[in-house]
Amino acid sequence: MKDRIHVAGIGVISAIGNSVPETWKSFASQSSGIGPITLFDSVHRDVLPVGEVKLTNKALSESLSVRPDVTRTALLGIQAAREAVATSGIDLKRWRTGLISATTVGGMDKTEDFFIDFLKNPSQGRLRNVVNHECGRSTELIADDLGITGFITTINTACSSSVNSIAFGVRLIREGMLDLVVAGGTDALSKFTLNGFNSLMILDHNPCRPFDANRNGLNLGEGAGFLVLVSDRVKSTEHLHPYGYVNGFANTNDAYHQTASSPDGRGSFGAMQKALTMSGLHPDDIDYVNLHGTGTLNNDLSEGIAIKRLYGDRYPKLSSTKAFTGHSLGASGGMEAVFSILAIHKQCVFPNLRFENSIPETGIQPQLRFEEGLEINHVMSNSFGFGGNCSSIVFSKSQP
Amino acid sequence: MPIYIKGMGTISPQQSWGDGGLLSELRDHKGNRLSCLEPDYTQYISAPSLRRMSRIIKMGVTASAIALREAGMEAPDGIITGTSYGCLDDTGIFLGKMVENKEHALNPTPFIHSTHNTIGSQIALLINCQGYNQTYTQGAFSFESALLDALLELKDNPNQSILAGGVDEITANSHAIQKRFGIFRNAPASSLDLFNVPAAGTINGEGAAYFVLSGKKGSQDKVAVDSVATFYKPGHQALLNGISQFVQAAALLPGDIDLVLLGKCGDTRLDQATEAISTTLFSSNVIGSFKHLCGEYPTASAFALWLGARMIQARQIPEVVATGNVHRPLRTILIYNPYFGNYHSLILLRAC
Repeated sequence: MKDRIHVAGIGVISAIGNSVPETWKSFASQSSGIGPITLFDSVHRDVLPVGEVKLTNKALSESLSVRPDVTRTALLGIQAAREAVATSGIDLKRWRTGLISATTVGGMDKTEDFFIDFLKNPSQGRLRNVVNHECGRSTELIADDLGITGFITTINTACSSSVNSIAFGVRLIREGMLDLVVAGGTDALSKFTLNGFNSLMILDHNPCRPFDANRNGLNLGEGAGFLVLVSDRVKSTEHLHPYGYVNGFANTNDAYHQTASSPDGRGSFGAMQKALTMSGLHPDDIDYVNLHGTGTLNNDLSEGIAIKRLYGDRYPKLSSTKAFTGHSLGASGGMEAVFSILAIHKQCVFPNLRFENSIPETGIQPQLRFEEGLEINHVMSNSFGFGGNCSSIVFSKSQP
Repeated sequence: MPIYIKGMGTISPQQSWGDGGLLSELRDHKGNRLSCLEPDYTQYISAPSLRRMSRIIKMGVTASAIALREAGMEAPDGIITGTSYGCLDDTGIFLGKMVENKEHALNPTPFIHSTHNTIGSQIALLINCQGYNQTYTQGAFSFESALLDALLELKDNPNQSILAGGVDEITANSHAIQKRFGIFRNAPASSLDLFNVPAAGTINGEGAAYFVLSGKKGSQDKVAVDSVATFYKPGHQALLNGISQFVQAAALLPGDIDLVLLGKCGDTRLDQATEAISTTLFSSNVIGSFKHLCGEYPTASAFALWLGARMIQARQIPEVVATGNVHRPLRTILIYNPYFGNYHSLILLRAC
């Protein structure tokens, strides 16, 4: 059997909190983070609700002591990655450490500003606003902040990105190439993505209602989520009590349509099934499923059908946390990995806010309220994206 | 564990597709922007699909089709793409319209095609590949990450076939912006003279290269990728140690390497550092270069892998790559590719 890869640290920032403890409080009090746009100018400002992190760039850069001209994607990533490393209590310098991040927008928030002047005249626009445009630049900035040299990489498979970065981290540690990997993802809200999703007419003008019969689209969110993944050797040498371990994962492609999911959810079904197989678990062993559940007509129907194919009518507790946070694209898998680990660590499940009626085709009723005192040993988290990218990951409770 | 190259498809500023001999007709480019020699895409992609594709997607999809054709395969088990800039053209179009139209009445198509994974997912869609699909976007580690992923995947499942590639394009916008950072030479007369005319700055390049890889050796296979490594901001000594360990881990002595393919970029200052590494570690080896052929860009190492593999297949080193021919069979090539100081990567190729 292959070595177990442990989750030694967790860090998250989103619309419902700037840290793991704040996030936990919002879940427990069932407080959604969806609200009007306040942090950037847009014609959609009072029309489209979003899940903003409740800190300006200035506040973030000041509290982190990071240069203020850094992109928001990097700032959010630095915040969550630092928390993940801090909760692990490990001195990264002691180990062969890598960073694997995920992002879809990279430095787009600054590129948007650059482009306004650049379009008028290609010799205009401040270069400092475009120097961090590339996705990989946000990862460099996080690596530099954590003092990681050597192995870094970034994944962009749209909304499934960060699950893939965690999976790649596990594989590199198993291979013996690295001892420790900080893995996850980060994405900031940007006018680019807001207008992109709006042009596709899949943004709800009200707070989103994942898995509801009357759902009407998604709300965009932002944030970052990172895990510190370690080998058995790091665990025993550092005398760690891990939050849990990564049990299995899978990455498939729907190969059906550039943006729409297949009607039978073949990609998502395949991802869940393969992740279970790698874990050596039966579908019934899963105690909680953190759904992708964006709130769009297409995703929730397709994912719901895949769940039904896997479980029939006896499905475990499940919910989409995107009614709390909005859909944070490339970061969502990292954030929801932290939520999944929290469910195991705190033996709880999170509610699917604003749910009223089941989707007729599936009849699935998600978890309605926050519930503690449960036995949560295995959690599956789904992340699906444009381009047919489907990923699922299973986290399990560490045995004492 | 080595992985075997079953097929290659490369679109580059050189004639790298079709039936001609390896670099038999060299293309010399004027100016600091090298453009790819593009094939007739209708030979590879249906007209309705073509209409919706931007240039980088056409190049990526076609390079993958050429690679699959050479491998005699319809669809691989997985697709792994490395692209630093992703789909810049569609990103620029959507951004431009958003600014011009003040966020009103936007066509979603360029947005849909703007994400980095569009290349890999369009390939999957066209050949109905529902397997593993991954896209890396880490500057000059994008292709190396894809290759490393393929190595790990095939180690676990050697019988599978993985399509792995590196794709980056130059657009009018990206070139205009990059020029302003002062990284390119001013109106150079000849790309092939990049290393003969010392100057500050490099030349901008682009390309698409896909490889069909498998852990199972076939009787036709001539080249294997042995290993790959990346070093981010390593510092001089750590880099020297890293390269030495990489060579050692492959059970080689520096002298066993028949050709070191060096990613010099033509910028005198940057190349001094690159040559310092090569003279320290590979003083008695034959040294070749390739960026005067393809230009400097984040996934130029994919072009280097194509070039290295073709050289091993052809058992010869074209004079434009290295002067002072190897007087022994060409069996082992080490690609060392630095990129603007912070990125350093290694790919080891062997005849098999």
